[in-house]
Amino acid sequence: MNKTETLQVTTPSDREIAMTRVFDAPRRLVWDAYTKPELLKRWLGVFGGWELAVCEVDLRVGGKYRYEWRNSDGRRMGMGGVFREIVKPERIVCTEVFDEAWYPGGAVDTVVLVEKDGKTTMTTTMRCASKEARDAVLKSGMTKGVTQSYDKLAEVLAELA
Amino acid sequence: MNTQSLNATFAALADPTRRAILRRLASGEASVTDLAQPFAMSQPAISKHLKVLERAGLISCGRDAQRRPRRLEAKRLAEANAWLENYRRYWEGNYQRLDALLEELKSKQRGRKR
Repeated sequence: MNKTETLQVTTPSDREIAMTRVFDAPRRLVWDAYTKPELLKRWLGVFGGWELAVCEVDLRVGGKYRYEWRNSDGRRMGMGGVFREIVKPERIVCTEVFDEAWYPGGAVDTVVLVEKDGKTTMTTTMRCASKEARDAVLKSGMTKGVTQSYDKLAEVLAELA
Repeated sequence: MNTQSLNATFAALADPTRRAILRRLASGEASVTDLAQPFAMSQPAISKHLKVLERAGLISCGRDAQRRPRRLEAKRLAEANAWLENYRRYWEGNYQRLDALLEELKSKQRGRKR
């Protein structure tokens, strides 16, 4: 297998967070892995004792999806939303709302798959309901007392370019 | 770091000229004239960008009253980046599992074709 592709995370506007990643597989397979419950259960958020216990996907415009994770230590986490656009196998637009809202107002996710030479580039853009919501998302993952060297910083700046 | 200051940080980082200024300052402090040089921009235009960066807490102004050198305030940027790192790490994990799954799907498909 090839070396792991790099994941790019950017903040293209004050309401958006975007991720881009290349997968060494045709678009049709990436689409399946992203939309079929039995395949989603194999990779989405399943680590450190978490399993995707409930995974229901009604893949049509206006259809709902529902994900529920359970941890071996008893914790649970759930989210879901409604599909707004489905263009197989290249584009999905859906809403997302977490059961225990850790940011206000939810978000709209757009997933775009582009195939070239048998590889697929996936771009996921999360558009928060408001600037405040995105900042709440950003804040939630914030670790305190971070100290980073200037070398690391230069690296970060290069990524931001 | 409160939501408001984080907001200012990301708004400040959203501009390519301001990111270029930060990159320049990552290698050491510089005067407004030094900073304006690589850009096809007037000093007042650069000063406007510097003000945005300053308000976001990303840069500060040195003591030398004449040169007024600007320098990078690494902490604020590191805080903003810490969030992106967490987010990135979570999705990197997801996508590595997805890589493995896709390999499996590909080989299954090859098996069927044979």
